[in-house]
Amino acid sequence: MSSPLIPSPGVRSFAVWRRNFRVWRKILLPSALGNFGEPLLYLMAFGYGFGQLVGDLGQLPYMAFLASGIICSSTLFTASFEAMYSAYTRMAGQQTWGAMLNAPLTVDDIVLGEILWAATKGLMNATAILIVAALLGLVADLRALLALPVLAIAGFTFAACAMVVTARSRSYDFFLYYFTLVLTPMLLTGGVFFPREQFPELLQDLAYLLPLAHVVDLVRPLLTGGSLHAPLLHLLVIVAYGAVGLLVATAAVRRRLVR
Amino acid sequence: MQLEQPLATAPLVAMRGLCKRYADRSVVDSLDLVVQEGECFGLLGPNGAGKTTTLRMLLGLTPPDSGTIQVLGEPIPERARVAREQIGVVPQFDSLDPDFTARENLVTYASYFGLRGPHIEQRIADLIAFAHLEGRENVAIPELSGGMKRRLTLARALINRPRLVVLDEPTTGLDPQARHHIWQRLRELRDAGTTLILTTHYMEEAERLCDRLAILDAGRIVASGTPRALIAEHIEPHVLELTGAGADTWGADAAPDTGVRIHRVGDLTLLYTAKPRALLERLDASDQRYLHRPANLEDVFLKLTGHDLRD
Repeated sequence: MSSPLIPSPGVRSFAVWRRNFRVWRKILLPSALGNFGEPLLYLMAFGYGFGQLVGDLGQLPYMAFLASGIICSSTLFTASFEAMYSAYTRMAGQQTWGAMLNAPLTVDDIVLGEILWAATKGLMNATAILIVAALLGLVADLRALLALPVLAIAGFTFAACAMVVTARSRSYDFFLYYFTLVLTPMLLTGGVFFPREQFPELLQDLAYLLPLAHVVDLVRPLLTGGSLHAPLLHLLVIVAYGAVGLLVATAAVRRRLVR
Repeated sequence: MQLEQPLATAPLVAMRGLCKRYADRSVVDSLDLVVQEGECFGLLGPNGAGKTTTLRMLLGLTPPDSGTIQVLGEPIPERARVAREQIGVVPQFDSLDPDFTARENLVTYASYFGLRGPHIEQRIADLIAFAHLEGRENVAIPELSGGMKRRLTLARALINRPRLVVLDEPTTGLDPQARHHIWQRLRELRDAGTTLILTTHYMEEAERLCDRLAILDAGRIVASGTPRALIAEHIEPHVLELTGAGADTWGADAAPDTGVRIHRVGDLTLLYTAKPRALLERLDASDQRYLHRPANLEDVFLKLTGHDLRD
């Protein structure tokens, strides 16, 4: 509220985070089932179904390739869903944010708290997939644990970008634009299901304009024991998307609610 | 010691020259409003008069286009967060958290004020009792009645022991029992020295609760003062309400009488006068249907804001 552009959230952001965590804890069982069950089903179905047709990718079994991709796309969708549908419900539907704004919380606190929460859900999901992948023998070594901080940052970035859409949305239907125009193209060109090298070069370059390809390029080597290429550059792009997303989302929610 | 005197008597809320426009519509127009500590202040006005916008500006949720706001010694909206540490809010529309039980709502709301841990437990137990919700602490919000939700919302607003409580239409849509319960609670708060600012459509609510009130129309304050002073200033003490056949001709006949003011609303003819005796004798001699009552705040309100519907 004080600065015209730069978000200035405070420690009360964690009250927002904690509120969402408390609600999530109530539905712990179905949540955990989804977290573990879904990736397991995907890996089984695609891995055995496709895997038989595809065989190995270089020295990499398709299942291991797929697992290191799905952990990224799953973080993308978990964080995005939370920052869109769930956050929108709290903003527009059930006035959770309205109640917070009557207390000593600001829009900046709420936006940061919600993004942190969505990132946390993304991370919890990623952790579950990592455990499943490790149990299936699809993880090379302990370096895989380094993928979790990367995915935590990625979750923040995906949530921040989704929050921009939420701030501008007038109904749930509006999110379909973001799915069709941004998330689906990013998913299909990001190298989750098949190597990006299959695409024409132009499309390969274009894929790097969006953050998912960078996340995949960081996470896949960490899970499968490959070597990292330009990790700092990839990280920089992800962080930049997250920072700009937070900035734009905060400004957009302020304009929507503080008027 | 002398220096501290002006601070102690500084008003709790001071809004000066406030203006707010949305597109081409002026919602609040040159509004001045001062509320002293310990007062119960009412903001009356038809729909769209600018009541909610005024409250939002007071809380720092709507920045004014011009004018200054000071609440609890803090400039608003710059230090609204700090001021809100000492304010309780009962919003017009239910904003209880449907994902939580009644008790969890209080726990969660306390955390928004940075209040956690064992010492808040007693406060929550007291507030559950205050809201008359003992035995329903663990009921989900959608299962509470409208009156219970309202009581819980009021209790929630008190979690931080506020010096100022702001209530936007606190009893709209409640049955008489629930309204009386809320009124009783608000009187208790007022008697304990808490400053109250409320908006309402109910004139009797304003008359019963408010020490002072302002009538707002089209973003401007058209009158302010104590309820009694407002009635005395704007309306003759006796009101005769004439209905049914002949009401309008009766009104016309009474007009020549000095000191009778006539107002017609649909099929209702209102006669306002300081000396009703002669009129009453003539009415009793005829078979005209009528009601004789003292002037009230609603008469003031309708005189100042008109009888046209506001949508």
